[in-house]
Amino acid sequence: MQTSEMKLDGNAIAGLLGEIFAVEMTSAQGTCASCGAVNEVGRVDVYIHAPGTVVRCPDCEQVLMRIVRGRGRYWLDLTGVRCLELAED
Amino acid sequence: MRDTHRLMGFISRGFKGRRRDTASSSRLPPGQYLVNDFPVLSAGPTPRANLDQWTFSIEGEIDEPKRWTWKELLALPSDTVTKDIHCVTKWSKFDTTWKGVSVATLLEGVETGAEYVTVFCDGGYTTNLPLEDIMDGKAWVAYEFDGQPLHPEHGGPARLLVPHLYFWKSAKWVRGIRLENEQHPGFWESNGYHLYGDPWREQRYWGD
Repeated sequence: MQTSEMKLDGNAIAGLLGEIFAVEMTSAQGTCASCGAVNEVGRVDVYIHAPGTVVRCPDCEQVLMRIVRGRGRYWLDLTGVRCLELAED
Repeated sequence: MRDTHRLMGFISRGFKGRRRDTASSSRLPPGQYLVNDFPVLSAGPTPRANLDQWTFSIEGEIDEPKRWTWKELLALPSDTVTKDIHCVTKWSKFDTTWKGVSVATLLEGVETGAEYVTVFCDGGYTTNLPLEDIMDGKAWVAYEFDGQPLHPEHGGPARLLVPHLYFWKSAKWVRGIRLENEQHPGFWESNGYHLYGDPWREQRYWGD
């Protein structure tokens, strides 16, 4: 197989992403990109009285996620989460 | 119940509501509703500043960065202004009275080629603005609301006040202004919210 044939486009992960984002997320384990603490998504700090939803690490208070909803769209920033560990359904 | 509502609505429109409604609608940007309380919005825990160590800085594209202590800031000439404010979550509040130092006063004598600023805060919040939107009496570093020291939940000891833009630009717990040659989207502007945020053009989200 040539190298050029090994590179696919994003449609190749449609099924994989569909499996991942369909699972129950509150039991997922998230690693904070800032301090490295691992916390269950259901146990992190959440601020909803804001222009969007802000999710913070309960250990260091840094932002894990920002979620904005408007005009029929979502904007999701996960740069504060280094890794999400999810159980298969 | 339904009839009562309809009747009250009719009476209110017919006898006393019309003039006031017209006056307020011309002051109310599209999609906004009027509140009389002052909702508290917060993207994180409320920082408690130690005023002995608090400073306000102007840095970035500037030959000599400027810095004021809390006492020095209070000693600068101040303005008391009454402004309408408009939150992107759709509430507006009329005739809010603030005391603070005009950003124009802080920028006096500053020479910079910068066209944009990032406003930075305790707690890590940032917001971006064109420099000209905080010049010439369009923005203040406010430390009093309604004649009282600004409460921490409303951004005290000091917040930016930029009333002509959506209120997320009026950053709470403000600590300084970074002058920049390019626009760097801030906390909300990098995740769906409009780069500029003019309430009269309803610039809420990317693409508005």
